[in-house]
Amino acid sequence: MSLKLSTSARYRRTFGIRGVSEAVVKWICFLCALVSVLTTIGIITVLISQSIPFFQEVSPAEFFSGTVWQPTPEPGKFGILPLIVGTLIITVGAGLFAVPLGLLSAIFLSEYAPLKLRNFLKPTLELLAGIPTVVYGYFGLFFVTPLLRHVLPQIQSSNALSGAIVVGIMILPLVSSLCEDAISAVPRALREGAYGLGATKMEVTTKIVVPGALSGIMASFILALSRALGETMAVTLAAGSNPTLAFNPAKAIETMTAYIVSTSKGDAGVGTVRYNSIFAVGITLFGFTMVMNLVATRLVKKFRQVYS
Amino acid sequence: MIVDIAARKRLARRKRADRIFQTLCFFAASIGVLILVLFLYKILVDGMGRLSLTFIRSSLSSRPGKTGIWPAIAGSAYVMALTTAIAVPTGIAAAIYLEEFNTRKSRLSEFIQLNIANLAGVPSIVYGMLGLAVFVRWLSFRESVLSGALTMSLLILPMVIIVTQEALRAVPKGYRDGSLALGSTYWQAIFHQVLPSAAPGIFTGIILSISRAIGETAPLIVVGAAAYVAGAPQRVSDHYTVLPIKIFDWAGDAKEGFNQVAATAILVLMIALLVLNSAAIYLRARSRLRR
Repeated sequence: MSLKLSTSARYRRTFGIRGVSEAVVKWICFLCALVSVLTTIGIITVLISQSIPFFQEVSPAEFFSGTVWQPTPEPGKFGILPLIVGTLIITVGAGLFAVPLGLLSAIFLSEYAPLKLRNFLKPTLELLAGIPTVVYGYFGLFFVTPLLRHVLPQIQSSNALSGAIVVGIMILPLVSSLCEDAISAVPRALREGAYGLGATKMEVTTKIVVPGALSGIMASFILALSRALGETMAVTLAAGSNPTLAFNPAKAIETMTAYIVSTSKGDAGVGTVRYNSIFAVGITLFGFTMVMNLVATRLVKKFRQVYS
Repeated sequence: MIVDIAARKRLARRKRADRIFQTLCFFAASIGVLILVLFLYKILVDGMGRLSLTFIRSSLSSRPGKTGIWPAIAGSAYVMALTTAIAVPTGIAAAIYLEEFNTRKSRLSEFIQLNIANLAGVPSIVYGMLGLAVFVRWLSFRESVLSGALTMSLLILPMVIIVTQEALRAVPKGYRDGSLALGSTYWQAIFHQVLPSAAPGIFTGIILSISRAIGETAPLIVVGAAAYVAGAPQRVSDHYTVLPIKIFDWAGDAKEGFNQVAATAILVLMIALLVLNSAAIYLRARSRLRR
């Protein structure tokens, strides 16, 4: 049904004042929908315009290839590689934790679990997704790290490993529910065909269902990793704020998001290079997540065409 | 029947593999539950000791034994109330435009739709930087409740729009046709027929968006919510702090005893979330009963 509003002269003659107020309401609704477009334009404009003053002081080449991030004392060194490496350590670590577990639990929920168990497990996983990220940070600092200390006695109180684990826990429900959506979109007939040939449930799952849902599963991995990349509070608490290029999971690191938070709550004066650097870091972070989200959307689109 | 020992063995092996795989999947699925239980246990053990009415009603202090949490609770409530007042009408109106006024799916509305989906994937801290540049500095709202609420509104707007659209889509087409056939205008059909029957779905979605926003910390730190304020904010121009920022501040404080206070603040936050989510579940169940 088309509810398209006609604001033609004839319509207005027929409906009088009602026709005019209809048009006004439609315009108000349109403006509200436009707010989201303005937000996107705002984000891009702000990130670019605010990082220009920074890039006048520090050349982009130096920024993107420098290996030392040392904002204080003035004039600091601004090579973003340690922050990017820190972010990637957390993202990859979280992925190593959440991707296999999430995929297996999605398989359990959609292929194996009896209805009653499923009705219990699914809402519980959703509860895990509803816990605020700062609470995950607390959990990493006061539960995961003390636990890790039994194995690695020299571990620092904030460390990359514990950060990666809590972020992994955080994205686990996301991986699981997105994978389940992808898996349940595989047509039933494909499973029945394989069962008819005598395959066991495991064979149906690993050889028919998972390959059939592969692009959706990949998309869910990428979306979850992009969430891990932009995650802030849990990593600031659990992984620390020590920008190094060290690949030691027992040591504190700093992610891009953690740097933005610690700088904006600190005492950096407005207009200093250090203050402007958060926007340059922000635009890098934004670029990373946008690319990942675009790839995921592509994959989902491709995947929809296969079965519809 | 041909007795083929090799084939039987193969079958037994395949069945065993299947059982092992099933157990593996079961453990993967239960890890989430196990972690949740550990989580709640840890928070309860650490935080229960300090939870009391005095803690909830007292103001902040730099001594872990004396501090309360009232300014943070009031700040969270103030920011969230204002955020709801801004984001909910805007989000519902935007969803109405996209679902009801634009069913022919013009290229513009498709673009807006794509844009909303993309915004939902932007890290929350980036919204904080937008708020810092636009609300705090450019419009000079300073580090006020208003700046915080506007930033949070932009953050939850995509979510509010998406859940409202889903609720509107679930309303049977006949409701609109019936109303229009009786001579109503489009807006009358939407306002008197479509919106009321989509209301439970919209409310549920909005409550879930707000409970997501209550726990958000990063954007508010960037737009300058303080870690310490003397009292509860009175006006929209006042400085403020919120519960998750206090949790962050206390959890990161090395001083002995502050991690217990942080756990107690987490308990307070989780209780608030529990109340909100129960309200959402109740609304959903009630709307199912009526149908």
